[in-house]
Amino acid sequence: MEPFVKIKGLVATLDRVNVDTDQIIPKQFLKRIEKTGYGQFLFFDWRLNEDGSPNPDFELNAPQFKGASILLTRDNFGCGSSREHAPWALLDYGFHSILAPSFADIFYNNCFKNGMLPVQLPQDQISDLFEWVGANPGAQLTVDLESQTLSGDSLEYPFEVDPFRRDCLLKGLNDIDLTLQYEEQIREYESKNG
Amino acid sequence: MSKEPKTLLDKIWDRHVVHQEPGQPAILYIDCHLVHEVTSAQAFEGLRLAGRKVRRPNLTYATVDHNVPTWDRSLPITDAISKLQIDTLGKNCKEFEIQLFGLDSPNQGIVHVIGPELGITQPGKTLVCGDSHTSTHGAFGTLAFGVGTSEVEHVLATQCLLQSKPRSLQIQVQGQLPTGVTAKDVILYIIRTIGTDGGTGCVIEYTGDTIGRFTMEERMTVCNMSIEAGARAGMIAPDETTYAYVEGRSYAPQGKEFQDAVDYWKTLPSDPDASFDRTVEVEVSSLAPQVSWGTNPGMVTDVTGTVPDPESFADETSRRAARSALEYMGLQPGLPITEIKLDRVFIGSCTNARIEDLRAAARMIQGRKVSSSLQAMVVPGSQQVKRQAEKEGLDRIFTEAGFDWRESGCSMCLGMNPDILSPGQHCASTSNRNFEGRQGRGGRTHLVSPAMAAVAAIEGHFTDIRQWSDN
Repeated sequence: MEPFVKIKGLVATLDRVNVDTDQIIPKQFLKRIEKTGYGQFLFFDWRLNEDGSPNPDFELNAPQFKGASILLTRDNFGCGSSREHAPWALLDYGFHSILAPSFADIFYNNCFKNGMLPVQLPQDQISDLFEWVGANPGAQLTVDLESQTLSGDSLEYPFEVDPFRRDCLLKGLNDIDLTLQYEEQIREYESKNG
Repeated sequence: MSKEPKTLLDKIWDRHVVHQEPGQPAILYIDCHLVHEVTSAQAFEGLRLAGRKVRRPNLTYATVDHNVPTWDRSLPITDAISKLQIDTLGKNCKEFEIQLFGLDSPNQGIVHVIGPELGITQPGKTLVCGDSHTSTHGAFGTLAFGVGTSEVEHVLATQCLLQSKPRSLQIQVQGQLPTGVTAKDVILYIIRTIGTDGGTGCVIEYTGDTIGRFTMEERMTVCNMSIEAGARAGMIAPDETTYAYVEGRSYAPQGKEFQDAVDYWKTLPSDPDASFDRTVEVEVSSLAPQVSWGTNPGMVTDVTGTVPDPESFADETSRRAARSALEYMGLQPGLPITEIKLDRVFIGSCTNARIEDLRAAARMIQGRKVSSSLQAMVVPGSQQVKRQAEKEGLDRIFTEAGFDWRESGCSMCLGMNPDILSPGQHCASTSNRNFEGRQGRGGRTHLVSPAMAAVAAIEGHFTDIRQWSDN
């Protein structure tokens, strides 16, 4: 897995609650057997009209969000299905970090497995960030996992993240390798429990 | 010496911790791993790239369900990408020596229907699957949760997962349900009450006399939709109903082993003085049948109600979400739920496609005809369910009424196969998610119970079945 240490980039806003994984990547794109190339399908039904042209009313199509690497959104982002295609699509589209007041559990977990950092911030800070992005078009934010801070012109917020997950992201550690360090304990458990 | 009182979750959790370093998640042993075609291909590929094997193929079971066609199984699959995904699972199962209940198997079906019916799902076990509705299996007092593809690979390789212990949420359900009001209405009402993120970070344990009276299939319907409340898992303590259901099933322990298992299962229910991080009480003795009006499973109201006015919501974020939902659904505030015009009826899914669901629907429609204004279909949850229904003559009741009678699979619950809504169509659906486009781009889903869906098919619109059954 690619490590995540620090990124600096443009912030795109998606001002909606309960964005579910069916919106992030609709089911017709889950038939592929690869892990890559899902960015083109991200928010497919919202981003594109039925004829395949970009939907000018969808926030992420706004010209100022082109090339954004940070997504700012609202509560319960990633609710619904367990499809890991959701973080795969976000990452492939260019988003490395997602900022929200809350995330759905499986989605949150899936992000960390793919070198992405979901950052949970209090409601008022998220609302302030929405205002900040609106007032400072083209301004960039820095998400620093090492120091656990989010910073930009005239703002700086600390954020919490589980120390174990932080360590894995910083070093780009693979969970399977970690677990296999305890092979002996697993074998012992199996011999006791059949 | 007094022992610390434990919840059902505590007991199963503690027994499955293989190892725990301070400040790190536990290495939790997984007793049973269910696999399907959509979330597994990349995991098997990961194993191959790393030169790993499946650690416990005998604890791993696979089926095809998400994108399989539900029409004549003797015909070839016309969607080449679906076919490749289905064939890939077949090849992976062969290479890694995993039992597959494939398209030609008499046990094929939705993964969350076949686990229980084959007796693979058992109390006290840990069970995972790359599918969020794995919460279904919690009905047996199993700790069962959905995982992503990376974790599917992790379980294949190690038979373990790195997990932090979730918080516990008790939902106490009390009261005798009115006739015509079902387990589906109970869980929709719970999600309506606690919200689609009310269970985030938690494992829900459902308790109370209502739950105690539920059959296993009703309990599965409740646990199935725990994820729709954001919960990691839903659980119900095993009892006599559970033991009776499991006994004699193909993969369940037999004879003396079954008795030993029951002795263990009896130790699992939460101790009377065990404490939960949070408890919610729900009274259901005057509950009305529930219908979803919006685009998430918390946007639900009584069948006797009306489409809500977005301006009636407490905060701007909810008002905006409701406005956007009504725009998508093409509904006006104040419209009575019974006046929503329906185009399709879908009876199926891991929530409501078991034999009792089909019986409940068939009872309502016997001798009647599907409204000429809509199309209706029944997709049994598994081949076993389908055979049983045919043995009881339910298929004839459905087809004589004008329903399509299909082969088993996930079908129009998520529309990965050709069963989808056309843009703008309203569908009464016994499934679990009413997200935008879930059943087809532009499709408008209304979540209801099987009996409500069946009557909607006859009437062409929703009807309060408490009144209807009196006629």
